[in-house]
Amino acid sequence: MGEFNKPFDAIVVGAGPSGNACAYMMAKEGLNVLQIERGEYAGSKNVQGAILYADALEKIIPEFRDEAPLERHVIEQRMWMMDDKSHSGMHYRSDDFNEEKPNRYTILRAQFDKWFSSKVKEAGALVLYETTVTELVKDLSGKVIGVRTDRQGSPIMANVVILAEGVNGLVGQRSGLRNEVSPDSVALAVKEMHFLPRETIEARFNLSGNEGVVIEAMGTITKGMTGTGFLYTNEESISVGIGCIVSDFAETNVTPNELLEAFKNHPSIKPLLADSECKEYAAHLIPEGGYKAIPQLTGAGWIVVGDAGQFVNAVHREGSNLAMTTGRIAAETVVSLTRKREEMTAANLAEYEKRLGQSFVMKDLKKYKGIPELLHKNKGNFFGTYPKLISSAMQTWFRVDGIDKISKEKAIFRNFRETRTLWGMMGDAFKMVRAWR
Amino acid sequence: MHIVVCIKQVPDSAQIRVHPVTNTIMRQGVPTIINPYDLFALEEALRLKDRFGATVTVLTMGPPTAAESLRKALTFGADRAVLLTDRYFAGSDTLATSYALSMALLKVAEEFGKPEIIFTGKQTIDGDTAQVGPGIAKRLDYNQLTYIARIVETDTDAGTIKVERRAEGGLQVLESKLPVLITMLEASNEMRRGSIENALIAARAEVVTWNAAAVGIEDLTKCGLRGSPTIVKKVFAPTARTDKAEIVEVDGKVDAKAAALVEAIFAKAPAVEQDLLEHAAHHYV
Repeated sequence: MGEFNKPFDAIVVGAGPSGNACAYMMAKEGLNVLQIERGEYAGSKNVQGAILYADALEKIIPEFRDEAPLERHVIEQRMWMMDDKSHSGMHYRSDDFNEEKPNRYTILRAQFDKWFSSKVKEAGALVLYETTVTELVKDLSGKVIGVRTDRQGSPIMANVVILAEGVNGLVGQRSGLRNEVSPDSVALAVKEMHFLPRETIEARFNLSGNEGVVIEAMGTITKGMTGTGFLYTNEESISVGIGCIVSDFAETNVTPNELLEAFKNHPSIKPLLADSECKEYAAHLIPEGGYKAIPQLTGAGWIVVGDAGQFVNAVHREGSNLAMTTGRIAAETVVSLTRKREEMTAANLAEYEKRLGQSFVMKDLKKYKGIPELLHKNKGNFFGTYPKLISSAMQTWFRVDGIDKISKEKAIFRNFRETRTLWGMMGDAFKMVRAWR
Repeated sequence: MHIVVCIKQVPDSAQIRVHPVTNTIMRQGVPTIINPYDLFALEEALRLKDRFGATVTVLTMGPPTAAESLRKALTFGADRAVLLTDRYFAGSDTLATSYALSMALLKVAEEFGKPEIIFTGKQTIDGDTAQVGPGIAKRLDYNQLTYIARIVETDTDAGTIKVERRAEGGLQVLESKLPVLITMLEASNEMRRGSIENALIAARAEVVTWNAAAVGIEDLTKCGLRGSPTIVKKVFAPTARTDKAEIVEVDGKVDAKAAALVEAIFAKAPAVEQDLLEHAAHHYV
C-alpha cells in the first residue's frame, strides 16, 4: 500500500471546464495528477446554458473541433428588451460566423464534459468519479497537503490542490480558506431543454446546417429582479432559461419556476417553443458578483479556479471560457514551479494571480467591476421602468393612427420624463457609462 | 476461493427516450449503468471475499465502452476485470452470449484458477430473459441455483453452499456442492461504497481484454447475429394510455368523501353501479 502515500504532484477538485482544463494541461506536461469528481461522470452534475467559446478551448486542445460533441455554431445574436407583451430587439447576424473555425458553439454539457474528461484521462491523469472531497488536509504550518474524501480510507496527499469545485466553494469554506458565497452575488438560473426536430428548428430560426441562434433577454420578464433570460438553439433541442440574483428571489418571494413558466409563455417566446417536448430541467447558481466578489485565490498549497473564484463576466454572459482560462493559467503556474522544483508556497503560487492579471480574465472583470452593483441597486429602473418605456416608445412610433409625428415625439419624450425624471435618467446613463469604461 | 461475477453494461432504462418522430430508441446520450441485478451478485461475492479471502473477478461481454462498468465494479472492491469484446459478438442473443461467456470463463479458469462460484444477477433490465446465467451453467456443467435471496452458509472445507431460493409458493432452502452458478435476486443485499484505496486501484487498473480468438472461439457461426436464432422483428413505443387518473376533491368528513368518491366512480363507470345494485338486490331478497 506504499504507493498510496506517495503524494501526487497535484490534486484537482472537480471536473467542470476549469478543473478539466487544469488537469489536462498538467497531465499533458507529465505531472502526476489526480482529479476527483463527485458526479457519476464528468458532466452529470454540471449545468450551463450552454455556450462554448472556442478561443479558450483552442488554447488547450487546438483540434477540439474534430472530436468534441458540439451542437451548433452561433451565427446570430439577438438581444431583447422585453415588457409583458413585446420585445424590442437588436439582432446581429453575419455570414462571417460561418467561418472554418467558428467562434462560438452551443453545447450540451453532459456530453461535452464527458468528452473533455476522456481527454484528461488520455493525457494521463487519474480520475476518480462518485467521490466527494470533504475537506483539505493541512500540515502544522497551515499549508494544504492533501484532501479527505467521503470514501473510507486515508487522506490523499499532493504538493498542491487546485479547487475547481464550482460556485459554492464548499471545500474552501469548510477548510477556512474563504467565506460563504453571498446571496447578492450569485444568480439562481433555471433552464429546460425542449426537444424539436432539427428541420423545425432550422425553419423557425432561419438556419441551415449547423448554424445556431442565441437570444439573450432582459426586462419585465424578471419581475423587477436583477436577471436575464435566454434561449439557445441546439442541434435537436432548444435550451430556454432564466435567472435572477438569489437575494432578489428571497425579497420578492417569486419562485424560479413561476418566472420560467411566464418567460416560456411570453408571446415573443411561446411560438419559438411550440410543439416542443420538455425533456430535461436543471437549476444552477451563477457567480454574478464580478471583480469585487472574487475571494482569495491562492495560499500555501492551494489555488482556486473557475466559478469557485467567481470568474464570470455577467455583462457579456461569459463564464466557461474564463473557467478554462483560469484552469489553464493555474496549470501553467504549477507546471513551471514543479519543473523548477520549487515549493508550492503562498508566495510562489501568487504567480498565478500575476499571470491572471495579464490575461483578459482580470482585465474584463476589472473593466465591469461597477456594473453588478449598479444594476442591482437600480434594478427597478433597469429591469422594469426602462424596458417598459422603450416598448411604449416603439409602439407609439410604429402604430399608424392618424396622429402626426411631431406629437408622437412629444408624447414619447413626455412619457419618459414623467416616468423617470430627466435628472434620474441622465444620472443612470452617466453611471452606466462610468461603470462600463 | 475464486469467484467470478458476470455483469452487463446496460442503458439506464429509466432514462431511455423514444424519438418522437422516427419512433426508434434514442441510445445516444443515454447513460449506461451496471445492470442493477448484477450489483446484488457482486456484493454477495464481495461478502464472500470479506469472509473467506476469496479473489473476485468481474467479467463482461460488450463493446469496448463496457470497460467503464468493469472499472466501476473494481471501485466496489473486485480484484480483477475481464472484458470480452469483439465485433463478431455484436447482435448476440442469449444462446450466443452464454456460449461466448462460457468460453471466456474457461479461459479465466485457465489463467486465474477455476471459479468455485459464478454469480450473475437474476436477469438484465434490457433483455429481461434470465437465460444467460442458466445457459452458462449448462455449458460449463455447473450446478445452478437461480433466484437466490440469501446465502445461508458456505462450507469451504466440505465444498458446499446452502442458499434460500424464492420460488412460487414459498421459500426453498437448497444445498449444492461447489462449483455452482448462482443468480441473485434483487434486494438480497445492499451494495457497499468502496474505499478510497479501491477507487484509486480501479482508476489505475488495466482491464484484461480478450477477443473471440483469445478465448479459443474458432467457430464464429456460434457468435453474434449468426449464432443467434432469436430475431428482433420490430421495436415500438407503446402508446400512452389516454385515460388519466382523476382527483376528487371534497371537503368534509370521511363519510362525505367516501360518498363523493363512490358517486364519481359510478358516474364514470355506470356498469359498476349496475353490478353492485344487482348484487345487493340478490343479497337482500
